[in-house]
Amino acid sequence: MSPADFTFSWIPFFALLASLVAVPFIALSGSRPNLRESWTVLAAVVKFGLVVSLIPGALEGKTVGLTLFELAPGLPFELEADPFGVLFALIASGLWIVTSFYSMGYMRGNKEKKQTRFFASFALCLSSTIGVAFAGNLFTFIFFYEVLTLSTYPLVVHKETDAAIQASRKYLSYTLTAGLLLIAAAGIIYMHAGTLDFQAGGLKELRSMPEPLMLSVFLMMLAGVGVKAGIMPLHSWLPSAMAAPTPVSALLHAVAVVKSGVFGVIRVTGFVIGFDLMKEMSYDTILMVLSGFTILVASLLAFKQDNLKRRLAYSTVGHLSYIVLGVAIMSPIGLTGSILHIAAHATMKITLFFVAGSVYVHLHKENISQLDGIAREMPWTMGAFTIGAMGLAGMPPVNGFFSKWTLGLGSLEAGLWIPLAILVGSGLLNAGYFFPIVYRAYFKKPGVELNGVGEASPWMTVPIVITASLSVLFGLYPDLFFGIFELASTVAIQLFASQDSLSFIHESVKIP
Amino acid sequence: MIELSSLPALFPILLISGTLLVVLTGLRYSSMAQPIATLTAFFTALTSLYALLGVANAEPVRYAFGGWAPPIGIEFVLDGVSGFFLLVINSVATLVLFHSAGLRNQILGTKQTAYYALSLLLLLGLNGMVLTGDLFNLYVFLEISSLASYGLISIGSRQAPYAAFRYLIIGTVGGTFYLLGVGFLYAVTGTLNMADIAGLIPEISATTPVITALILIITGVGIKAALFPMYGWLPEAYTHANAISSALIAPIGTKVAAYILVRIGLFVFGAENVDRVIPASQTIAILAGVGILFGSLMAISQRNLKRMLAFSSVSQIGYIVMGIALMNPFGFAGALFHVLNHAIMKSALFLVSATIEQEEGHSDLTRFDDTYRKKYPYTMAVFTIAAISMIGLPPLAGFFSKWMLALGTLEAGSWFLFVVILSSSLLNAVYFFRILERVYLKKSGQKDPSDARFQESPWVMRAPALVLAIALMAFGFANAPILEMIQLWFPVQ
Amino acid sequence: MMDYLVGHYAYFFTVLIMCLGLYGLMFKKNLVKKVIGLSILQVAVILFYVSLASKWGATVPVKWAEVPVTEVAAYLNPLPHTLMLTAIVVGVATQGVAFALMIAIWNRYKTLDEDDLLDRISEDTP
Repeated sequence: MSPADFTFSWIPFFALLASLVAVPFIALSGSRPNLRESWTVLAAVVKFGLVVSLIPGALEGKTVGLTLFELAPGLPFELEADPFGVLFALIASGLWIVTSFYSMGYMRGNKEKKQTRFFASFALCLSSTIGVAFAGNLFTFIFFYEVLTLSTYPLVVHKETDAAIQASRKYLSYTLTAGLLLIAAAGIIYMHAGTLDFQAGGLKELRSMPEPLMLSVFLMMLAGVGVKAGIMPLHSWLPSAMAAPTPVSALLHAVAVVKSGVFGVIRVTGFVIGFDLMKEMSYDTILMVLSGFTILVASLLAFKQDNLKRRLAYSTVGHLSYIVLGVAIMSPIGLTGSILHIAAHATMKITLFFVAGSVYVHLHKENISQLDGIAREMPWTMGAFTIGAMGLAGMPPVNGFFSKWTLGLGSLEAGLWIPLAILVGSGLLNAGYFFPIVYRAYFKKPGVELNGVGEASPWMTVPIVITASLSVLFGLYPDLFFGIFELASTVAIQLFASQDSLSFIHESVKIP
Repeated sequence: MIELSSLPALFPILLISGTLLVVLTGLRYSSMAQPIATLTAFFTALTSLYALLGVANAEPVRYAFGGWAPPIGIEFVLDGVSGFFLLVINSVATLVLFHSAGLRNQILGTKQTAYYALSLLLLLGLNGMVLTGDLFNLYVFLEISSLASYGLISIGSRQAPYAAFRYLIIGTVGGTFYLLGVGFLYAVTGTLNMADIAGLIPEISATTPVITALILIITGVGIKAALFPMYGWLPEAYTHANAISSALIAPIGTKVAAYILVRIGLFVFGAENVDRVIPASQTIAILAGVGILFGSLMAISQRNLKRMLAFSSVSQIGYIVMGIALMNPFGFAGALFHVLNHAIMKSALFLVSATIEQEEGHSDLTRFDDTYRKKYPYTMAVFTIAAISMIGLPPLAGFFSKWMLALGTLEAGSWFLFVVILSSSLLNAVYFFRILERVYLKKSGQKDPSDARFQESPWVMRAPALVLAIALMAFGFANAPILEMIQLWFPVQ
Repeated sequence: MMDYLVGHYAYFFTVLIMCLGLYGLMFKKNLVKKVIGLSILQVAVILFYVSLASKWGATVPVKWAEVPVTEVAAYLNPLPHTLMLTAIVVGVATQGVAFALMIAIWNRYKTLDEDDLLDRISEDTP
């Protein structure tokens, strides 16, 4: 980020603050649920509006933000909304609105306890996610990354059952360790380079670091962000964390938390170490092996799961590694694809989780083997599920196809066949573990208890339909409304400044 | 306004007159002891704030007692470091003493006057140790504070006098070692004034008596600081003492021992001379590192809240001593900032344990469950904040001192300590989240709903704890100016 | 070698007395004997300081009419003596506190023997 492109602006700070300010209001209006939820919605809408207002600047490759104060000596509290941050913030805050409505339906329909704590922590989580998105240096990033860990803890443990407590312990031990590794790496980098700024193309000072130290720093950072990104073998907290209520799984474990992880992978590789150095040191191979392994193994493990949410969790693990794989390809188009997949996977997976939650609240079923014939009773819900499943398997016209297509083009451009093979193979596996569910829902005979149960409450169904249609819309018109494709390619160009231009990506990826 | 130049003398005067007042009024009106003691500590804290503001970026203020110029007379030296320690000690003590107003009578019983008089004497000793510029005078103040703390610890459970007795034996041995070390220094230099000795040390630092002196002083002070492996007295003392005595001694007592290490290691000897012949600073740093791990591991296995906090103190002292022993500005700043943080966190935690002990009559961790959260929501919120800060997670202050310490270990090139600092965070997380889980999630066995009514402690007890918790957040955000100020005090040679 | 040993005999005595004191406070089971050991330890240090101040052919540091003050060699060094007056006071105070604590222990457990004491403490706490 050259200083020339930098403009002072309070907007990133306000976007961060929007949900933070809502926390005390939510906490204080615990006795009046309607008022409490209107705070959530208000905050979500304001936040989304603020983020959207940043898009035009980001499309021109500009960075806006501000430095508030020194977080620690020599390390400013920097909020910088660069194109990549804006894109991530856009996805998180946009889906928060939908999730807010869905959570109301879910939490009330399920008569959950301690809803005030739930909504307050949720708002706090979103603030830290925005903080992660807009962090202008690694220290600020870690700051919000840790706050995100802490504020997610009450959500994971929400049900307070033994399973939830076990899951939360696992979650904490994984994420706290990860945070420490990240802090350790940051400390080493800071002592060596004297700065922790995110710079497109990496910190030049790192080049003089001795090689073994560089490798350990890279591995520590990769583990630090890789835990949240679910890279195997660091993924096992993710399926356990499915003990949380479904809106949490939906927004946090499909969008905010895990995406902070992959967001971190790109930040660390592209903005701290730099792709040039990655290639020179052949760290990209490490990334590729890990992510390829994760994609295949996670997809295979997904077959075994009968619990719907757990199957979705393993699918999430696999799809997060698509994004990492896109980074490992080390080509502008591949990176564009992987950033697109952040967005695409968010809308598709949130749909699927919403469906799982709705089925659970409405029918109290959480296993796949119990889903026979429910499509007759819940046509909208299962229709949305089908769309999401198609997208994850990479079929047109859902946006999952488009991002996968771009990823594939990227690996062709880089002349790498293995990633392409992994993509194709995992597409088949995805279809293999999703379509039996669709088949059951549509073509098997429903049990007697399903007679006339009808569709779930509109509070839940409408958000599901919205996210499913978003998936299709963005599949057909990737640049609709927000210019997500433009943003993604802008980021790719920033990171590969010397090699490619915007039009090259545009020509290569013919928008269908 | 008081002249800055005579300010150092004000501290002992304030505290001695406060003590006398407590004792004299206590003869007749024992209920007056608490307000008088709190006010005295409060004024001392105000004075220290004024003093710190005066000397933070200026030349040190020297005050020669009785008009005898040093090195013959005794002088008090007020510089940034001592001002900082004074402020920490006195403000934390003020809050703890304020909190004790809410104690019911059965805890202190007839010993009210004694408790408050001893508290002020403890403060007198600690303030004197921080201020004095004379090695022997330091010994006297060391013993004053130690004697007061033996007394304070003996006010407690049935076993408290025995714990205090053991502390007395160990502590006096420590003091005697220190005195012997000072004797060696005196034999070589012919002076007891720190500034004087500091001027002579570079020429004689390689001689046998000076090295002996250094070892003896470090051993003596290490015992007082509960530096691993000389920590033995601390868990016993803190466990059996009254929670309110522990709340006073734990946050500030061992800090001052750390201050002596700073003063003697960095200012009198200086970073180069300490290590001239024997690897003193490395040894201390390694011991401190082992102490960090050991204290955390022991804390995990405790069932009693106070005992757990005591072992956690052993580990936290390790952070401070290690930061000092790293002998670089990062470690120094981290250590001093951790002095502040740990004083706040530990006093908050001990205040919570005092509240629990008073309301529930025990401090057994296995009996904690979610009725505690319903009964004491504020107290438990304070506990949560302090615990998260102890673990060292942002945005609370504990994270930043650990960050600076980690940078310090990197600067010193010590990977072992780097790993220790980071991994101890995880260990801290284990023993604190274990309690948090109990308090927030563990369903109580009893179904009786009346048992879980809101029955929070009185406001006088809640307010100081809340102030401490807020301070942790405030220092988390305002750490940069403090750390930068501290780094300026690092003695350059 | 011999010169060294003889020349520093005062120090060796100090060390010897210190060891005696440490032995007492570590290995004696009776709390009173522990305090006696502590006291011996302190006395060793006091003697050490006093021996530092000693000189051949000098007198106590009290002003004499026939010896002018300027003749430094004629007087002992007064400072260690005064310091040790303070140290003795500190030692006495410490012992006072120690005895007070012992009285408290006796009142509660009716024993001053460490082994008995530990037994009774462990009986206390189930």
